[in-house]
Amino acid sequence: MTMVMLWMVIINLIVALFLTIVPLPPEISEWRPQWVTLSVIFWCLTAPERIGVFWGFGSGLMLDLFTGGLLGQQALSLALVAYVTITLHARVRLFPRWQQSFFVWIVLLAERLLTLWILGATGQPMPTLSYWLPTLVGLVLWPGLARGLTWIGRHTGAL
Amino acid sequence: MRNAVIKPLFVHAPSATFRVLVAAMIALGLMVADHRYHHLELARATLETLIYPMQYAASLPVQLVRTTQNRLDHEAQLRRANDDLQHENLVLKGRLQQFESLRAENMRLRDLLGSSFDVGERVLIAEILAVDLDPYRQQVIINKGSNSGVFVGQPVLDAQAVMGQVIRVNALSSTVLLITDADHALPVESNRNGLRTIAAGKGSSQELELLYISKNADIHVGDLFVTSGMDERFPPGYPVARVKTVRQDPDNPFTTVVAEPTARLDRSREVLLVWALNLTPAVAPPAPPTAAVGNVK
Repeated sequence: MTMVMLWMVIINLIVALFLTIVPLPPEISEWRPQWVTLSVIFWCLTAPERIGVFWGFGSGLMLDLFTGGLLGQQALSLALVAYVTITLHARVRLFPRWQQSFFVWIVLLAERLLTLWILGATGQPMPTLSYWLPTLVGLVLWPGLARGLTWIGRHTGAL
Repeated sequence: MRNAVIKPLFVHAPSATFRVLVAAMIALGLMVADHRYHHLELARATLETLIYPMQYAASLPVQLVRTTQNRLDHEAQLRRANDDLQHENLVLKGRLQQFESLRAENMRLRDLLGSSFDVGERVLIAEILAVDLDPYRQQVIINKGSNSGVFVGQPVLDAQAVMGQVIRVNALSSTVLLITDADHALPVESNRNGLRTIAAGKGSSQELELLYISKNADIHVGDLFVTSGMDERFPPGYPVARVKTVRQDPDNPFTTVVAEPTARLDRSREVLLVWALNLTPAVAPPAPPTAAVGNVK
């Protein structure tokens, strides 16, 4: 992995963490996409031999610290997200972007499902249906996000 | 190839499946340690101190907007706000005049009952950091930490009522669990007739549940519940919630009572941290019998 690429991954994850806790008006905060999950999926698809399970685990741990959640909760789900993505990357990378979106959607749903299980196991109240909204936003955002990150990567020499 | 001289011992790195199993085990271990045993307080406090600058940076956009708004306020608006505040100040000062004499009277009466206790408080104002945390927990971050003497379990108020208590402290900031979190409960009593109950959070910012109220209890919509101080954590007498609905469910052996917190949990910007100076009313020395007799003249 080149130095440039390492820095791009780190900066990308930090920006994603920022976007996760930047306050939004309450009307749209339920629509906030899972920025960190999307970034982890992107890098696992782009550089599966470099970015893997422990990157997902580490960024999940940071996310837990940033959002004051249970330590390890997002780390578990993001490690599994990274695992699923690098296991299937060879097939998914060949898909056109819009088909990729649906793969990404399934992974995003799986991440939410795991978090839901942890919420239930720790005795938190069940969230409403709006809990699933961010996955839909992720589905819509994916093609643009992947194209944008690839463009930045190409222009900075990271990819 | 820079390292061609050194022969790699392991040609294949551990497989992804092996790695994910290790990661999952660590994550589960962390969760259990954090949730059940609270072993990670120190590690967590250290890490949270390190990321506090980033959280602070994330709250800057909102602060910038607020500052700009303040700058752009017209002179007339500021003058009006100033007038309002002065008016309010006058009213509050007027009430305070009575407060001193009422407090003296209260102490005197408590002396007569032999249950003397003095509650004085020291407060510190902290600001809530404008960041969005885990949307499924009711908690906020404030900008005062152990450097300012904040401690775990410290009561937090706003101008209206009790907001919650500090659950994690690091050097520069601390995390406050609001009374509406599903993990939070505090003992309260009715301001009208002293009915005691427990106000438990439900995980939504507008509702509290009052537990274990018998079917025939005297409770009405609009009753104000205040802290009873029985937990020896929250000072007694601060408002907590006002009853919103009272319902008799056939499947519930108790009355189902939902109350609305009087604190502005989702709108406050500043909070008060309270240090109770004397919070142990429980064991008051029995008054000597002569004192009681001596009052009858």
